[in-house]
Amino acid sequence: MIKFILNNELIETDAPSGTAMLDFIRKNQQLKGAKLVCKEGECGACSAMVGQLINGKVAYQSMTSCIMPLINANGKHIVTVEGFNMNKLSPVQQALVDTYGSQCGFCTPGFVVSMSGYLLSNSQLTKEGIIESMDGNICRCTGYKSIERAADIILKKAKRDFKKVSVNALADKGYLPSYFKTIPKRLAAIKIAKTKNAKGVKLGGGSDLYVQKPWEMYEKNAVAVYDNPAMNKITVKNGVFEFGAALTMGDLYRSPEFNKAIPNDGHMFKLLSSTQIRNMSTIGGNLINASPIGDFTCILLGLDASIVLNKNGKRRTVALNTFYKGYKKMEIKKEEILEKVKFKIPSKNTTFHFEKVSQRKYLDIATVNFSSSITLDKSKKIKDIHLAVGGVGPIPMYLHTTVKFLKNKEMSSDTIDDAIEVLQNEITPISDTRGSADYKRLVARQLFLAQFLNLDANIYDVKKLVGAW
Amino acid sequence: MVKNLNKTKKDKSLNIDSPLHVTGRTKYVDDIPELSGTLFAKVFYSSIAHGKITRLDISKAAAMEGVVKVVTCEDIPGENQVGGIIADEPLLADGLVDFIGQPIVMILATEEIIARKALKLIEVKFKPLKVIVDPREAHKKGSLLSDPRHFQMGDIKKAFKKAKYIFEGEADSGGQEHVYLEPQGAYAIPKNNDCIQVISSTQGPTAVQRTIARALGVSMNEIEVDVNRIGGGFGGKEDQASMWATFCALGTYLTKKPVKYILDRHEDLQMTGKRHPYRSDYKIGLDKDLKIVAFEGNYFQNGGAAADLSPAVLERTLFHATNSYYVPNVDVNAYPCRTNLHPHTAFRGFGGPQGMFVIECAIHHAARALGVPANKIQEKNLLINNNEFSYGQKVQDCEAKNTWNQAKKKFDFAKLKKEVAAYNKANKYSKKGIAFMPICFGISFTNTMMNNARALVHVYSDGSVGISTGAVEMGQGVSSKMIQVAALCFGLKTDEVRLETTNTTRVANTSPTAASATADLNGKALQDACDQILVRLRKLVKKEWGLKSKDQIHFQDGWVICNRKKMKWNELILTAFQQRVNLSAKGHYSTPKIHFDKKIGKGHPFAYHVFGTSIFTCTVDCIRGTYDFDKVQLIHDFGTSMNKLVDLGQIEGGLVQGMGWMTIENLLYDEEGRLKSNSLANYKIPDIHYVPKKLDVEYLDTKGSDLAILKSKAVGEPPLMYGIGAYFALYNAVLAYNKDANIPYESPMTTEKILMGLYSKKANS
Repeated sequence: MIKFILNNELIETDAPSGTAMLDFIRKNQQLKGAKLVCKEGECGACSAMVGQLINGKVAYQSMTSCIMPLINANGKHIVTVEGFNMNKLSPVQQALVDTYGSQCGFCTPGFVVSMSGYLLSNSQLTKEGIIESMDGNICRCTGYKSIERAADIILKKAKRDFKKVSVNALADKGYLPSYFKTIPKRLAAIKIAKTKNAKGVKLGGGSDLYVQKPWEMYEKNAVAVYDNPAMNKITVKNGVFEFGAALTMGDLYRSPEFNKAIPNDGHMFKLLSSTQIRNMSTIGGNLINASPIGDFTCILLGLDASIVLNKNGKRRTVALNTFYKGYKKMEIKKEEILEKVKFKIPSKNTTFHFEKVSQRKYLDIATVNFSSSITLDKSKKIKDIHLAVGGVGPIPMYLHTTVKFLKNKEMSSDTIDDAIEVLQNEITPISDTRGSADYKRLVARQLFLAQFLNLDANIYDVKKLVGAW
Repeated sequence: MVKNLNKTKKDKSLNIDSPLHVTGRTKYVDDIPELSGTLFAKVFYSSIAHGKITRLDISKAAAMEGVVKVVTCEDIPGENQVGGIIADEPLLADGLVDFIGQPIVMILATEEIIARKALKLIEVKFKPLKVIVDPREAHKKGSLLSDPRHFQMGDIKKAFKKAKYIFEGEADSGGQEHVYLEPQGAYAIPKNNDCIQVISSTQGPTAVQRTIARALGVSMNEIEVDVNRIGGGFGGKEDQASMWATFCALGTYLTKKPVKYILDRHEDLQMTGKRHPYRSDYKIGLDKDLKIVAFEGNYFQNGGAAADLSPAVLERTLFHATNSYYVPNVDVNAYPCRTNLHPHTAFRGFGGPQGMFVIECAIHHAARALGVPANKIQEKNLLINNNEFSYGQKVQDCEAKNTWNQAKKKFDFAKLKKEVAAYNKANKYSKKGIAFMPICFGISFTNTMMNNARALVHVYSDGSVGISTGAVEMGQGVSSKMIQVAALCFGLKTDEVRLETTNTTRVANTSPTAASATADLNGKALQDACDQILVRLRKLVKKEWGLKSKDQIHFQDGWVICNRKKMKWNELILTAFQQRVNLSAKGHYSTPKIHFDKKIGKGHPFAYHVFGTSIFTCTVDCIRGTYDFDKVQLIHDFGTSMNKLVDLGQIEGGLVQGMGWMTIENLLYDEEGRLKSNSLANYKIPDIHYVPKKLDVEYLDTKGSDLAILKSKAVGEPPLMYGIGAYFALYNAVLAYNKDANIPYESPMTTEKILMGLYSKKANS
């Protein structure tokens, strides 16, 4: 039995645990606010907030309920647009009305959830932050400008109303229904019975499985690895960053440890799908999917990461750059589980860099992605280097040959010119919906150059390549 | 930022639907509680683009538990036909399939998941036939959906002989998926006397009604179509909603049960048509002063496997072939090419954008070759009053130059130009591009017959008002506008007027909500109905108050007033009711003055034209080929906008949709006619980060047109065509990095085309 709170109501259900949350909400609960549009987490019209009790407080994250397994709601608070409704419109709802931020209205409940959820899950409010909270919500009518104006109004009002935003303060000032204040206690009271030897499809966030097989899970049971505390911990020891494979991209994004280890202004994460999907997608899922264009896989390859595989307590460590053997083929045995991921934290002399080009800049699958860790000595000699590229072969590629070529060479324009040739011989792109093979070769070259320009903007004159492709 | 937004507070900016939307209480078809016994339909469709069906076995699917009926073309009681303009599209394939996604069998089951599973039990074999996906190839082989069309004016041969410069080339524009967020769908319910009520997500309730009646072999009065509102249409539900509604009605007819069919996104993408991809040739002639003296165009429209609305879309391509420019000698030919793709259909702009893109390419080509900025040629050729279009209409109340000049002035183009030049000089790997995009769009259905509408008004005995029109609300704000019209007529507050659903039993023989003309047509019909009631009320007041004349009676703020006497509206209505005055009226409107002779391609097809000028500025990252739009600034001719917030939403939304069409929306098919961009994961529309950082919309308040409702000009489609500016801004930024870039005129301007352009070899080398 799955137990959770849906808006203001305790749900105890025997529905198949693999059912998508949206189907449960709309069909079983007859709540019609969240909409079915794409069934692949691409549009956010089904967005719901998912609250988890952590140290007496409820931490809320937005997710796309169309690809969220019911089982992942166990013990949590799920909030749909109906859960934000009060006798009068909330400031978020009112702002969208005042700016005409809603036209046909089909995407609107998702936007209301995302923006309300932003207030609910952030103590400091920024324009950038509230816009980012909607990066997984697609609107076909407005052109977003009226929604941005609504966000401005909300921020302005909230800044006037709150010194520090909290659930209780939001409820007191009429931003949220007051029942939100009772949720921590009510969640604490939910007892989830441990089921031994549960049978069903093992899954993490479900964000890929439900896209590949949108209807097959409808009547099936699922076994969650998602909320297994043993599989989503972060530890930093002896210069090694280690984390459980069930950790989500959202967890890493918010983790101070990760941001210290890999300094980034968050831009890297913004290039990886959307807020909702980052909150659902596990890093383990990204790796095991073995997609040649998995963004986080490319990042981890560039960091020269290793993975720990576990078969009933028997563990082995495999270098990620030897893990992929062919299209969707991996160095993994039956019943082995991807348990942990680890990488050496780059030293001061090492620069990690990630690049991605896609048709739409955000919320899109990469045409080509590229990452590197480059260690230079004082004389600009390449002491150590790791290069990874996606989208130009059957697997997420670690560029073994190019790396070997560049190691211990002086970083210079000539070296780079020679390396471009090595790179072009190492990659094997094909033409598909994301671009022609010829184009992917060009992007790979450009992103390769970008790794070096990131270290020294004048190291290479890219302009000289004009007219030669 | 929107200038003059504060002004809107003073204006009526009613927004009737949003409070329901933001609370999730709006009811779309899929949100209606299902009646018990409801069956769920699913369609089994062709997996090949052209072929004969050699074997079809439904027995396994029919035997599955929960499957109530498997329907083939033989079960259709009436005509197996859904074609609107031309009867060339079967509801269910009869021996032959013409595109991937063509329905072959309908399954009715007690649960949706059962119908879904039963699809896998249908067995079918095909004998494949030759597949055509390219319209030029179809044209060569004589595969056309209807007759080619031709507009001409002046003497093109003579003009080209005299022209100083002549440029020729090809310009292709890609298709566009509508991505209305609410998928297609309908719900049919059996009613008394074997009538069927169909709740449909459609822009054309009457088209749905007519199509169902024909397929079932019943009269139109046996089918009631009801539309509450739809979750986006953009033209995709003008004609193509009919098929799904017909499936539901057919299911109800055969089983006597309610039948519901909501397409999932993958079905919708696969089975429904899009904006037509076009391939075109152009030839442009200019004199020494850069005046365009001649323009010739050949347009090969990729119509898909059936006519659908293609002939009408094709015609509008010709109407807008010269956009906002005066060209004295024009010769344009358009071919509706029949290919093995899903039948393409209406999409905001309705062929106009495809036509405008070609002349803009021709101008860009000429400008590049002559070493002048394209805006110089654009500016020299803008329309002025009494200029004649190739279709014989003379332009009136022309605002082409006015919007252009004001845009240059208000957005300080001279400064912008300098800034961009300085930026491009200072930045080695980052370049900015600018482009102007003027628009001129004709308002009216070009099929004159369709320019009429009706409205029904009831004033209830308590004074409250209920109105019905033929307009369908799909986000464009027409419901707010209709309520405003009625409230204004009666001098009431807008919350005293309720808009009812769009229903064929209350308002019959409607034209679809399309062509930007819906508010004009239905609003004017509504005014007519309100006026009829007001005439009766004035007569009553005159009698009751013993007045000599009715002239001084007016209705204002909930009162009827005459000189110093006044009475509350609801008291007056109660009196009228007691005096047996008719408090209901049916209004009718048909646009005056318009006419068009299709045979000779001449006439006066448009009630009026809408004008505007936009300026695009973008920045291209020349290492990666990625880009941002810094700003889009535009001056738009609204007439006197009756609802500035609604109209602003149309401008911003239309613009961004047009930009998407020109840049990231990459509709792809392979040679076997398979849709490659078959999910929202690989067909991308603008997201919140994509939109221009700055978007200035300036209202050009003009006197409007008497043929526009309250002189507030139609605003639905015109802004989409501003989006064409995005293509050329990106093109120009690439040229700032690689002046010899070889970029064929093919939209969309994908990141691929940009990067390849940035590093490409010289054109023709």
